[in-house]
Amino acid sequence: MARASYGKLVAFLAARTRDVAAAEDALAEAFASALAEWPARGIPRTPEAWLLTVARRKLIDAGRRRQTSDEAAPTLALLTDELVDAAEGDAAIPDERLRLMFACAHPAIDESVRAPLILQTVLGFDAATIASAFLVAPAAMGQRLVRAKSRIRQAGIPFRVPEREELAERLDAVLEAIYAVFTEGWADPAGTQARTRDLAEEGIWLGRLAASLLPNEPEALGLLALMLHADARREARRGAQGEFVPLATQDPARWNAALIDEAEELLLSASRMARPGRFQLEAAVQSAHAARRTSGRTDWAAIVQLYDALLGMTRSVVVAINRAVALAELRGPGEGLAALDRLQDDARLAQYQPYWAARAALLARAGDAAGAAEAYQRAIGLESDPAVRAFLQNELLHLA
Amino acid sequence: MQVLLLMYQDEKAIQKLPREEFGRIHGAFVAYVDALKKAGVLLANQGLGPTAKARTVREATVLDGPFAETKEQLAGYFLLDVPDMEAALAWAKRHPTLAHGAVEVRPVWT
Repeated sequence: MARASYGKLVAFLAARTRDVAAAEDALAEAFASALAEWPARGIPRTPEAWLLTVARRKLIDAGRRRQTSDEAAPTLALLTDELVDAAEGDAAIPDERLRLMFACAHPAIDESVRAPLILQTVLGFDAATIASAFLVAPAAMGQRLVRAKSRIRQAGIPFRVPEREELAERLDAVLEAIYAVFTEGWADPAGTQARTRDLAEEGIWLGRLAASLLPNEPEALGLLALMLHADARREARRGAQGEFVPLATQDPARWNAALIDEAEELLLSASRMARPGRFQLEAAVQSAHAARRTSGRTDWAAIVQLYDALLGMTRSVVVAINRAVALAELRGPGEGLAALDRLQDDARLAQYQPYWAARAALLARAGDAAGAAEAYQRAIGLESDPAVRAFLQNELLHLA
Repeated sequence: MQVLLLMYQDEKAIQKLPREEFGRIHGAFVAYVDALKKAGVLLANQGLGPTAKARTVREATVLDGPFAETKEQLAGYFLLDVPDMEAALAWAKRHPTLAHGAVEVRPVWT
């Protein structure tokens, strides 16, 4: 119960007081009280209402200690009324996690801290765990989270789901933060590093939450479909000795069929709403790859088309690299290389491994062994995953 | 800012590695140095000789061995010039030593 309740209760308290940190503290104390009392007295009939009642008392105590009660008194009184309703009337505690997520991914909050903030407030992760997942020093992450929370309070960031006209844009920030949680974990499929092991699952959990709370938003469904498709290949990305297996040589029989089916269904529902978006397009690319499971082949023409649409929408250099690789499959390495060449003025590429890995593979296929060797060297130097590095070194070794 | 990446690893474990594995680590280092140079952030880097050849001076007495006896020894350093600590950590994360040791990232007073 704790996991699903935590975010719900933080959201409920914070939406009323706007003080996320105080809500978290009060709730932590309430959970501690529950641990002490429930084993002896039995679990209360309405556990969430019990926790909220205790947390509210702690909030009032904390407010008195800070002597800021003038300001907080009306909201706390309101909170009391609502709580009494919830506890006595057996009414379900309203699920306001979506509002909480919109507050965490508000434009006034620094983009880099949005995903960590959601992990902390909705899932209850501590700063040290989040810091190691995002490879930031624990003290620095702690500070960033504290700053973000006081910003929510001081800037008066509202706890609400935006109106129709701004929903699309604001939802994008929420979905991006969830996707950032997922990709941190996705980079480490073997789960060899404890720091990232569970983040892919946490991202999917948050994605399911967003999709269930926003069933009429096709992009929320698209993001979930995208993550499920990627997760379906988790096992297949590593061989028996833990070696990296690229998509092209993966055995589709090792893909998780149930996850793929679920993703396909989500994508279908999303497409019926006829409002395409970035996550739906990315999920559609995944879907085209997954089709190899039944057809035995990959429809590269369809994939290039999807990347064209994505590129028109995002102008992202990452998308452009992927499109070049797909184009090479469709029309040969020469065209793919020409597409990569058009990107080379972008300074960020000096540190972007996938560009060099893609370039190396295409040069090798085009018969330019010397050029390929140089590009492989760059890709190896920029890679952080030992399994992928070993794979690239092997490719370099076997150049003609 | 300038930062020093200090690489720590278990000397004995490295010496016992099979030839092929050692070759791969060496290759990864060459590629890493290459990537640092091409990105224009590398100021200097050196590997250090074995701690068996180290001498430590303490209170004007010369002692055999390294400064501290630990499981992992200081094996070398990379001096980088990067915009901020975030960028330094991004490079440290790619350090080949991480496959079998640790990298300490220290800002340098300049």
